[in-house]
Amino acid sequence: MTKQHANWSPYDNNGGTCVAIAGSDYCVIAADTRMSTGYSILSRDYSKIHKLADKAVLSSSGFQADVKALQKVLKSRHLIYQHQHNKQMSCPAMAQLLSNTLYFKRFFPYYAFNVLGGLDAEGKGCVFTYDAVGSYEKVGYSAQGSGSTLIMPFLDNQLKSPSPLLLPAQDSITPLSEAEAVDLVKTVFASATERDIYTGDKLEIMILKADGIKTELIDLRKD
Amino acid sequence: MSQSAVDVPPKGGFSFDLCKRNDMLIQKGLKAPSFLKTGTTIVGLIFKDGVILGADTRATEGPIVADKNCEKIHYMAPNIYCCGAGTAADTEAVTDMVSSQLRLHRYQTGRDSRVITGLTLLKKHLFSYQGHVSAALVLGGVDITGPHLHTIYPHGSTDTLPFATMGSGSLAAMSVFEAKYKEGLTRDEGIKLVAEAICSGIFNDLGSGSNVDICVITKGNKEYLRNYMEPNPRTYVSSKGYSFSKKTEVLLTKITPLMERVEITEVGEAMEE
Repeated sequence: MTKQHANWSPYDNNGGTCVAIAGSDYCVIAADTRMSTGYSILSRDYSKIHKLADKAVLSSSGFQADVKALQKVLKSRHLIYQHQHNKQMSCPAMAQLLSNTLYFKRFFPYYAFNVLGGLDAEGKGCVFTYDAVGSYEKVGYSAQGSGSTLIMPFLDNQLKSPSPLLLPAQDSITPLSEAEAVDLVKTVFASATERDIYTGDKLEIMILKADGIKTELIDLRKD
Repeated sequence: MSQSAVDVPPKGGFSFDLCKRNDMLIQKGLKAPSFLKTGTTIVGLIFKDGVILGADTRATEGPIVADKNCEKIHYMAPNIYCCGAGTAADTEAVTDMVSSQLRLHRYQTGRDSRVITGLTLLKKHLFSYQGHVSAALVLGGVDITGPHLHTIYPHGSTDTLPFATMGSGSLAAMSVFEAKYKEGLTRDEGIKLVAEAICSGIFNDLGSGSNVDICVITKGNKEYLRNYMEPNPRTYVSSKGYSFSKKTEVLLTKITPLMERVEITEVGEAMEE
Protein backbone atom coordinates (compact mmCIF):
# COMPACT_ATOMS: atom_id res chain seq x y z
CA MET A 1 0.00 0.00 0.00
CA THR A 2 1.52 3.33 -1.08
CA LYS A 3 2.18 5.93 1.61
CA GLN A 4 -0.45 8.63 1.81
CA HIS A 5 1.04 12.02 1.11
CA ALA A 6 -0.04 15.22 2.83
CA ASN A 7 -2.16 17.57 0.74
CA TRP A 8 -0.99 20.55 2.81
CA SER A 9 2.56 21.83 3.33
CA PRO A 10 3.58 23.95 6.32
CA TYR A 11 6.22 25.66 4.19
CA ASP A 12 6.15 28.26 1.42
CA ASN A 13 9.05 29.79 -0.46
CA ASN A 14 9.07 33.59 -0.60
CA GLY A 15 12.07 33.67 -2.93
CA GLY A 16 14.90 36.19 -2.97
CA THR A 17 18.67 36.10 -2.97
CA CYS A 18 21.26 37.05 -0.32
CA VAL A 19 24.97 37.66 -0.82
CA ALA A 20 27.81 38.55 1.55
CA ILE A 21 31.46 39.35 0.88
CA ALA A 22 34.18 39.73 3.54
CA GLY A 23 36.98 42.27 3.12
CA SER A 24 40.10 43.16 5.11
CA ASP A 25 38.33 45.80 7.21
CA TYR A 26 34.71 45.69 5.97
CA CYS A 27 31.89 43.29 5.28
CA VAL A 28 29.28 43.76 2.54
CA ILE A 29 25.87 42.11 3.00
CA ALA A 30 23.32 42.47 0.21
CA ALA A 31 19.85 41.13 -0.56
CA ASP A 32 17.06 41.96 -3.00
CA THR A 33 13.80 43.35 -1.62
CA ARG A 34 11.27 41.22 -3.48
CA MET A 35 8.97 38.93 -1.52
CA SER A 36 6.91 36.57 -3.66
CA THR A 37 4.69 33.51 -3.48
CA GLY A 38 4.05 31.26 -6.47
CA TYR A 39 3.90 33.57 -9.49
CA SER A 40 2.71 36.62 -7.52
CA ILE A 41 4.57 39.44 -5.84
CA LEU A 42 3.70 40.09 -2.17
CA SER A 43 6.02 43.05 -1.65
CA ARG A 44 8.57 45.00 -3.69
CA ASP A 45 10.05 46.56 -0.57
CA TYR A 46 10.70 43.82 1.98
CA SER A 47 14.07 43.88 3.75
CA LYS A 48 15.77 40.52 4.19
CA ILE A 49 18.72 41.95 6.12
CA HIS A 50 18.54 42.19 9.90
CA LYS A 51 21.04 43.47 12.42
CA LEU A 52 21.51 41.01 15.26
CA ALA A 53 24.40 42.70 17.07
CA ASP A 54 26.73 45.65 16.44
CA LYS A 55 29.16 43.43 14.54
CA ALA A 56 26.81 40.74 13.22
CA VAL A 57 24.19 41.10 10.47
CA LEU A 58 21.99 38.26 9.24
CA SER A 59 20.51 37.97 5.77
CA SER A 60 17.99 35.17 5.13
CA SER A 61 16.01 34.00 2.15
CA GLY A 62 13.41 31.23 2.10
CA PHE A 63 10.18 31.13 4.09
CA GLN A 64 9.95 34.57 5.69
CA ALA A 65 7.58 33.48 8.46
CA ASP A 66 10.25 31.02 9.65
CA VAL A 67 12.90 33.74 9.22
CA LYS A 68 10.91 36.10 11.46
CA ALA A 69 10.53 33.36 14.10
CA LEU A 70 14.26 32.56 13.90
CA GLN A 71 15.15 36.23 14.41
CA LYS A 72 12.92 36.48 17.48
CA VAL A 73 14.74 33.54 19.05
CA LEU A 74 18.19 34.95 18.21
CA LYS A 75 17.26 38.43 19.47
CA SER A 76 16.07 37.14 22.83
CA ARG A 77 19.12 34.86 23.23
CA HIS A 78 21.36 37.84 22.42
CA LEU A 79 19.61 39.93 25.06
CA ILE A 80 20.20 37.20 27.66
CA TYR A 81 23.87 37.06 26.63
CA GLN A 82 24.18 40.82 27.05
CA HIS A 83 22.71 40.61 30.56
CA GLN A 84 25.01 37.76 31.52
CA HIS A 85 28.28 38.96 29.94
CA ASN A 86 27.85 42.73 29.93
CA LYS A 87 28.85 42.99 26.28
CA GLN A 88 27.52 42.37 22.76
CA MET A 89 28.01 38.99 21.08
CA SER A 90 30.90 38.73 18.64
CA CYS A 91 30.26 37.54 15.10
CA PRO A 92 31.83 34.06 15.53
CA ALA A 93 29.79 33.60 18.74
CA MET A 94 26.58 34.61 16.93
CA ALA A 95 27.51 32.18 14.15
CA GLN A 96 27.66 29.28 16.59
CA LEU A 97 24.41 30.37 18.25
CA LEU A 98 22.64 30.43 14.88
CA SER A 99 23.94 26.97 14.03
CA ASN A 100 22.71 25.56 17.37
CA THR A 101 19.33 27.26 17.01
CA LEU A 102 18.83 25.77 13.55
CA TYR A 103 19.86 22.25 14.59
CA PHE A 104 17.55 22.44 17.58
CA LYS A 105 14.73 22.12 15.05
CA ARG A 106 16.44 19.38 13.05
CA PHE A 107 13.21 17.42 12.54
CA PHE A 108 10.93 20.34 11.64
CA PRO A 109 13.44 22.82 10.24
CA TYR A 110 13.31 26.56 9.82
CA TYR A 111 12.99 26.95 6.03
CA ALA A 112 15.61 29.68 6.09
CA PHE A 113 18.77 29.96 3.98
CA ASN A 114 21.10 32.18 5.96
CA VAL A 115 24.20 34.20 5.39
CA LEU A 116 25.74 35.84 8.45
CA GLY A 117 28.16 38.72 7.90
CA GLY A 118 30.15 40.86 10.28
CA LEU A 119 33.50 41.84 11.74
CA ASP A 120 35.55 39.59 13.98
CA ALA A 121 37.53 40.61 17.08
CA GLU A 122 40.42 41.96 14.96
CA GLY A 123 38.12 44.07 12.79
CA LYS A 124 38.48 41.86 9.69
CA GLY A 125 35.36 40.92 7.74
CA CYS A 126 33.88 37.46 8.25
CA VAL A 127 31.06 35.64 6.45
CA PHE A 128 29.35 32.46 7.62
CA THR A 129 27.13 30.46 5.31
CA TYR A 130 24.45 28.00 6.46
CA ASP A 131 22.12 25.32 5.21
CA ALA A 132 18.57 24.91 6.56
CA VAL A 133 19.57 22.72 9.53
CA GLY A 134 22.61 24.55 10.84
CA SER A 135 25.67 23.20 9.04
CA TYR A 136 27.95 26.24 8.72
CA GLU A 137 31.33 27.29 7.49
CA LYS A 138 33.42 30.47 7.71
CA VAL A 139 34.03 31.65 4.15
CA GLY A 140 35.24 34.73 2.30
CA TYR A 141 31.97 35.19 0.36
CA SER A 142 28.68 33.41 -0.13
CA ALA A 143 25.32 33.54 -1.89
CA GLN A 144 22.07 31.87 -0.77
CA GLY A 145 18.54 31.81 -2.10
CA SER A 146 16.84 31.45 -5.48
CA GLY A 147 19.59 33.26 -7.42
CA SER A 148 22.51 31.62 -5.59
CA THR A 149 23.22 29.10 -8.37
CA LEU A 150 23.53 31.99 -10.81
CA ILE A 151 25.76 34.10 -8.54
CA MET A 152 28.16 31.67 -6.82
CA PRO A 153 30.05 30.54 -9.96
CA PHE A 154 30.73 34.16 -10.86
CA LEU A 155 31.93 34.99 -7.35
CA ASP A 156 34.11 31.87 -7.40
CA ASN A 157 35.65 33.07 -10.64
CA GLN A 158 36.25 36.66 -9.52
CA LEU A 159 37.16 36.15 -5.86
CA LYS A 160 39.27 33.00 -6.30
CA SER A 161 38.91 31.50 -2.85
CA PRO A 162 41.82 29.25 -1.84
CA SER A 163 40.92 25.70 -0.93
CA PRO A 164 40.06 25.23 2.76
CA LEU A 165 42.09 22.01 2.69
CA LEU A 166 45.41 23.77 2.08
CA LEU A 167 48.08 23.97 4.79
CA PRO A 168 49.01 26.40 6.27
CA ALA A 169 45.40 27.61 6.63
CA GLN A 170 44.86 30.53 4.28
CA ASP A 171 42.56 33.47 4.79
CA SER A 172 39.62 33.51 2.42
CA ILE A 173 39.11 37.25 2.76
CA THR A 174 39.15 39.15 -0.50
CA PRO A 175 41.86 41.76 -1.13
CA LEU A 176 39.36 43.90 -3.08
CA SER A 177 38.60 47.41 -1.88
CA GLU A 178 35.18 48.29 -0.48
CA ALA A 179 34.15 50.15 -3.66
CA GLU A 180 35.18 47.22 -5.86
CA ALA A 181 33.26 44.76 -3.70
CA VAL A 182 30.11 46.93 -3.86
CA ASP A 183 30.49 47.21 -7.65
CA LEU A 184 30.79 43.41 -7.84
CA VAL A 185 27.63 42.97 -5.76
CA LYS A 186 25.64 45.39 -7.96
CA THR A 187 26.78 43.62 -11.15
CA VAL A 188 26.02 40.21 -9.75
CA PHE A 189 22.48 41.16 -8.68
CA ALA A 190 21.73 42.92 -11.99
CA SER A 191 22.74 39.70 -13.77
CA ALA A 192 20.81 37.39 -11.43
CA THR A 193 17.70 39.58 -11.84
CA GLU A 194 17.84 39.08 -15.62
CA ARG A 195 17.54 35.30 -15.32
CA ASP A 196 15.81 34.55 -12.00
CA ILE A 197 12.14 35.47 -11.76
CA TYR A 198 12.20 35.60 -7.95
CA THR A 199 14.98 38.20 -7.75
CA GLY A 200 14.41 41.87 -8.53
CA ASP A 201 12.71 45.17 -7.58
CA LYS A 202 15.39 46.73 -5.34
CA LEU A 203 18.80 45.81 -3.98
CA GLU A 204 19.66 46.63 -0.38
CA ILE A 205 23.38 46.77 0.39
CA MET A 206 24.67 47.03 3.97
CA ILE A 207 28.34 47.81 4.52
CA LEU A 208 29.74 47.03 7.97
CA LYS A 209 32.87 48.77 9.12
CA ALA A 210 34.46 49.36 12.52
CA ASP A 211 32.96 52.86 12.74
CA GLY A 212 29.40 51.92 11.80
CA ILE A 213 26.92 50.60 9.24
CA LYS A 214 26.08 52.22 5.87
CA THR A 215 23.07 51.26 3.76
CA GLU A 216 22.54 51.73 0.01
CA LEU A 217 19.36 51.07 -1.99
CA ILE A 218 19.67 50.40 -5.76
CA ASP A 219 16.86 49.85 -8.28
CA LEU A 220 16.63 46.49 -10.07
CA ARG A 221 14.37 45.23 -12.87
CA LYS A 222 10.77 45.10 -11.74
CA ASP A 223 9.42 42.50 -14.17
CA MET B 1 14.32 -7.76 -33.17
CA SER B 2 11.74 -6.89 -30.55
CA GLN B 3 8.31 -5.82 -31.65
CA SER B 4 7.82 -2.08 -31.89
CA ALA B 5 6.94 -0.69 -28.46
CA VAL B 6 4.66 2.06 -29.71
CA ASP B 7 1.72 1.38 -31.99
CA VAL B 8 0.11 4.33 -33.72
CA PRO B 9 -3.65 4.21 -33.20
CA PRO B 10 -5.44 3.62 -36.50
CA LYS B 11 -7.40 6.89 -36.45
CA GLY B 12 -4.59 9.14 -35.08
CA GLY B 13 -4.67 10.78 -31.65
CA PHE B 14 -2.62 10.11 -28.51
CA SER B 15 -1.09 6.70 -27.92
CA PHE B 16 -1.39 5.82 -24.24
CA ASP B 17 0.87 2.73 -24.51
CA LEU B 18 3.82 4.14 -22.60
CA CYS B 19 1.84 5.82 -19.83
CA LYS B 20 1.97 2.85 -17.46
CA ARG B 21 5.74 2.53 -17.90
CA ASN B 22 6.22 6.28 -17.35
CA ASP B 23 4.19 6.11 -14.15
CA MET B 24 6.30 3.17 -12.94
CA LEU B 25 9.52 5.08 -13.65
CA ILE B 26 8.26 8.16 -11.80
CA GLN B 27 7.34 5.97 -8.82
CA LYS B 28 10.85 4.53 -8.87
CA GLY B 29 12.22 8.05 -8.59
CA LEU B 30 12.98 9.10 -12.15
CA LYS B 31 12.52 12.81 -12.66
CA ALA B 32 10.43 13.55 -15.72
CA PRO B 33 12.18 15.93 -18.15
CA SER B 34 11.16 19.51 -17.51
CA PHE B 35 9.27 21.50 -20.09
CA LEU B 36 10.08 24.97 -21.28
CA LYS B 37 6.89 26.84 -20.45
CA THR B 38 6.25 30.33 -21.66
CA GLY B 39 4.55 31.39 -18.34
CA THR B 40 3.09 34.24 -20.24
CA THR B 41 0.79 37.16 -20.71
CA ILE B 42 -1.00 37.16 -24.08
CA VAL B 43 -3.95 39.36 -25.00
CA GLY B 44 -6.18 40.27 -27.93
CA LEU B 45 -8.84 42.85 -28.53
CA ILE B 46 -11.20 43.92 -31.30
CA PHE B 47 -11.13 47.60 -32.18
CA LYS B 48 -12.95 49.72 -34.77
CA ASP B 49 -11.00 48.55 -37.84
CA GLY B 50 -9.79 45.08 -36.84
CA VAL B 51 -7.87 43.10 -34.25
CA ILE B 52 -4.85 43.89 -32.04
CA LEU B 53 -2.81 41.08 -30.46
CA GLY B 54 -0.21 41.57 -27.72
CA ALA B 55 2.31 39.38 -25.89
CA ASP B 56 5.25 39.61 -23.49
CA THR B 57 8.65 38.09 -24.43
CA ARG B 58 9.83 35.98 -21.48
CA ALA B 59 10.22 32.19 -21.68
CA THR B 60 10.80 30.39 -18.35
CA GLU B 61 12.10 26.98 -17.35
CA GLY B 62 10.86 26.69 -13.79
CA PRO B 63 12.23 29.72 -11.92
CA ILE B 64 14.88 30.54 -14.52
CA VAL B 65 14.44 32.79 -17.54
CA ALA B 66 15.45 30.69 -20.55
CA ASP B 67 14.80 33.33 -23.22
CA LYS B 68 14.59 37.05 -22.43
CA ASN B 69 13.21 38.01 -25.85
CA CYS B 70 11.27 35.19 -27.48
CA GLU B 71 8.46 35.62 -30.05
CA LYS B 72 5.04 34.55 -28.90
CA ILE B 73 2.93 36.00 -31.72
CA HIS B 74 2.97 33.35 -34.45
CA TYR B 75 2.11 33.75 -38.13
CA MET B 76 -0.85 31.68 -39.30
CA ALA B 77 -1.85 33.41 -42.54
CA PRO B 78 -1.26 36.86 -44.05
CA ASN B 79 -4.43 38.04 -42.30
CA ILE B 80 -4.35 35.80 -39.21
CA TYR B 81 -1.93 35.72 -36.26
CA CYS B 82 -1.93 33.58 -33.12
CA CYS B 83 -0.45 34.23 -29.65
CA GLY B 84 0.61 31.14 -27.72
CA ALA B 85 0.97 30.37 -24.00
CA GLY B 86 1.91 27.10 -22.30
CA THR B 87 4.66 24.72 -23.37
CA ALA B 88 6.79 26.53 -25.97
CA ALA B 89 7.35 23.46 -28.14
CA ASP B 90 3.62 22.74 -28.23
CA THR B 91 2.59 26.27 -29.23
CA GLU B 92 5.28 26.42 -31.94
CA ALA B 93 4.46 23.00 -33.35
CA VAL B 94 0.69 23.42 -33.37
CA THR B 95 0.73 26.92 -34.93
CA ASP B 96 3.29 25.89 -37.57
CA MET B 97 1.23 22.83 -38.45
CA VAL B 98 -2.07 24.68 -38.78
CA SER B 99 -0.34 27.51 -40.68
CA SER B 100 0.81 24.96 -43.28
CA GLN B 101 -2.64 23.39 -43.45
CA LEU B 102 -4.19 26.84 -44.03
CA ARG B 103 -1.77 27.56 -46.84
CA LEU B 104 -2.59 24.29 -48.60
CA HIS B 105 -6.27 25.09 -48.13
CA ARG B 106 -5.74 28.52 -49.71
CA TYR B 107 -4.17 26.90 -52.75
CA GLN B 108 -7.03 24.48 -53.01
CA THR B 109 -9.86 27.00 -52.60
CA GLY B 110 -8.24 30.02 -54.23
CA ARG B 111 -9.54 32.22 -51.43
CA ASP B 112 -8.05 34.00 -48.39
CA SER B 113 -8.11 31.99 -45.16
CA ARG B 114 -10.87 32.56 -42.64
CA VAL B 115 -10.20 32.77 -38.92
CA ILE B 116 -12.82 30.12 -38.10
CA THR B 117 -10.99 27.66 -40.39
CA GLY B 118 -7.82 28.06 -38.31
CA LEU B 119 -9.94 27.83 -35.17
CA THR B 120 -11.54 24.53 -36.17
CA LEU B 121 -8.22 22.98 -37.26
CA LEU B 122 -6.59 23.96 -33.95
CA LYS B 123 -9.42 22.81 -31.71
CA LYS B 124 -9.78 19.47 -33.43
CA HIS B 125 -6.07 18.79 -33.04
CA LEU B 126 -5.92 19.85 -29.38
CA PHE B 127 -9.05 17.88 -28.45
CA SER B 128 -7.73 14.69 -30.02
CA TYR B 129 -4.67 14.97 -27.73
CA GLN B 130 -6.95 15.30 -24.68
CA GLY B 131 -5.07 18.28 -23.20
CA HIS B 132 -1.62 16.67 -23.37
CA VAL B 133 -0.59 19.24 -25.99
CA SER B 134 -0.29 22.12 -23.55
CA ALA B 135 -1.09 25.07 -25.82
CA ALA B 136 -3.38 27.92 -24.78
CA LEU B 137 -3.90 30.25 -27.74
CA VAL B 138 -5.35 33.63 -28.62
CA LEU B 139 -6.25 33.56 -32.32
CA GLY B 140 -7.09 36.78 -34.11
CA GLY B 141 -7.49 38.00 -37.67
CA VAL B 142 -9.56 39.86 -40.23
CA ASP B 143 -11.16 37.93 -43.09
CA ILE B 144 -13.93 38.48 -45.63
CA THR B 145 -16.57 38.16 -42.89
CA GLY B 146 -14.91 40.76 -40.64
CA PRO B 147 -12.61 40.86 -37.59
CA HIS B 148 -12.56 37.81 -35.29
CA LEU B 149 -10.95 37.02 -31.93
CA HIS B 150 -10.96 33.59 -30.28
CA THR B 151 -9.35 31.87 -27.30
CA ILE B 152 -8.45 28.17 -27.47
CA TYR B 153 -7.79 26.09 -24.36
CA PRO B 154 -5.43 23.07 -24.20
CA HIS B 155 -8.32 20.61 -24.01
CA GLY B 156 -9.87 21.99 -27.18
CA SER B 157 -12.66 24.32 -26.02
CA THR B 158 -12.93 27.76 -27.62
CA ASP B 159 -14.51 31.13 -26.87
CA THR B 160 -15.32 34.01 -29.19
CA LEU B 161 -14.75 37.31 -27.43
CA PRO B 162 -14.32 41.07 -28.00
CA PHE B 163 -11.26 41.03 -25.72
CA ALA B 164 -9.30 38.10 -24.29
CA THR B 165 -6.27 37.25 -22.15
CA MET B 166 -4.41 33.95 -21.57
CA GLY B 167 -1.35 32.69 -19.69
CA SER B 168 -0.13 33.06 -16.10
CA GLY B 169 -0.45 36.85 -16.37
CA SER B 170 -3.99 36.69 -17.74
CA LEU B 171 -5.59 37.93 -14.51
CA ALA B 172 -3.31 40.95 -14.31
CA ALA B 173 -4.02 41.79 -17.98
CA MET B 174 -7.76 41.11 -17.74
CA SER B 175 -8.09 43.53 -14.82
CA VAL B 176 -6.83 46.30 -17.14
CA PHE B 177 -9.18 45.27 -19.96
CA GLU B 178 -12.23 45.02 -17.71
CA ALA B 179 -11.53 48.50 -16.37
CA LYS B 180 -10.76 50.28 -19.63
CA TYR B 181 -12.16 48.41 -22.64
CA LYS B 182 -14.96 49.90 -24.68
CA GLU B 183 -16.32 49.16 -28.15
CA GLY B 184 -15.15 51.14 -31.15
CA LEU B 185 -11.64 51.96 -29.95
CA THR B 186 -9.36 53.72 -32.41
CA ARG B 187 -6.07 52.16 -33.48
CA ASP B 188 -3.95 54.26 -31.13
CA GLU B 189 -6.31 53.78 -28.19
CA GLY B 190 -6.31 50.04 -28.85
CA ILE B 191 -2.52 49.78 -29.01
CA LYS B 192 -2.18 51.83 -25.82
CA LEU B 193 -4.66 49.57 -24.00
CA VAL B 194 -2.99 46.37 -25.18
CA ALA B 195 0.45 47.69 -24.15
CA GLU B 196 -0.96 48.64 -20.74
CA ALA B 197 -2.46 45.17 -20.25
CA ILE B 198 0.78 43.41 -21.21
CA CYS B 199 2.79 45.72 -18.95
CA SER B 200 0.44 44.86 -16.09
CA GLY B 201 1.28 41.20 -16.70
CA ILE B 202 5.00 41.91 -17.07
CA PHE B 203 5.30 43.76 -13.76
CA ASN B 204 2.82 41.85 -11.62
CA ASP B 205 3.30 38.28 -12.85
CA LEU B 206 6.67 36.61 -12.28
CA GLY B 207 6.15 34.27 -15.25
CA SER B 208 6.00 37.20 -17.68
CA GLY B 209 8.55 39.88 -18.37
CA SER B 210 10.92 41.77 -20.66
CA ASN B 211 9.35 43.47 -23.71
CA VAL B 212 5.93 44.04 -25.30
CA ASP B 213 5.17 42.66 -28.79
CA ILE B 214 2.12 43.96 -30.67
CA CYS B 215 0.42 42.89 -33.90
CA VAL B 216 -2.27 45.06 -35.54
CA ILE B 217 -4.45 43.35 -38.20
CA THR B 218 -6.90 45.32 -40.31
CA LYS B 219 -8.71 44.63 -43.59
CA GLY B 220 -6.02 43.96 -46.17
CA ASN B 221 -3.13 45.04 -43.91
CA LYS B 222 -1.10 43.84 -40.94
CA GLU B 223 1.63 45.42 -38.81
CA TYR B 224 3.90 43.29 -36.66
CA LEU B 225 5.42 45.64 -34.07
CA ARG B 226 8.19 43.51 -32.56
CA ASN B 227 9.47 44.94 -29.26
CA TYR B 228 6.96 47.82 -29.43
CA MET B 229 7.90 48.69 -25.85
CA GLU B 230 11.06 47.85 -23.90
CA PRO B 231 10.29 48.88 -20.32
CA ASN B 232 13.03 46.74 -18.73
CA PRO B 233 16.53 47.88 -19.54
CA ARG B 234 19.43 46.35 -17.59
CA THR B 235 19.72 48.38 -14.40
CA TYR B 236 23.43 48.29 -13.71
CA VAL B 237 26.40 47.84 -15.97
CA SER B 238 29.75 48.00 -14.27
CA SER B 239 31.88 50.76 -15.77
CA LYS B 240 35.14 48.89 -15.33
CA GLY B 241 33.96 45.55 -16.68
CA TYR B 242 35.14 42.11 -15.61
CA SER B 243 37.87 39.88 -16.98
CA PHE B 244 38.08 36.12 -16.80
CA SER B 245 41.61 34.74 -16.42
CA LYS B 246 42.51 32.11 -18.93
CA LYS B 247 42.58 28.93 -16.89
CA THR B 248 42.90 26.55 -19.84
CA GLU B 249 46.42 25.44 -20.78
CA VAL B 250 47.41 23.78 -24.00
CA LEU B 251 49.31 20.69 -22.85
CA LEU B 252 50.05 19.06 -26.18
CA THR B 253 49.36 19.73 -29.82
CA LYS B 254 49.50 16.59 -31.88
CA ILE B 255 47.58 15.60 -34.94
CA THR B 256 46.89 11.87 -35.15
CA PRO B 257 45.49 10.67 -38.46
CA LEU B 258 42.67 8.28 -37.64
CA MET B 259 42.30 6.67 -41.01
CA GLU B 260 45.06 5.61 -43.31
CA ARG B 261 44.79 5.65 -47.03
CA VAL B 262 43.41 2.31 -48.10
CA GLU B 263 44.35 0.66 -51.37
CA ILE B 264 41.40 -0.84 -53.22
CA THR B 265 42.19 -3.78 -55.41
CA GLU B 266 39.66 -5.17 -57.81
CA VAL B 267 39.08 -8.81 -56.93
CA GLY B 268 36.32 -11.06 -58.15
CA GLU B 269 33.71 -10.56 -60.79
CA ALA B 270 31.82 -7.43 -61.53
CA MET B 271 28.37 -7.20 -59.93
CA GLU B 272 25.52 -8.54 -61.97
CA GLU B 273 23.08 -5.96 -63.10
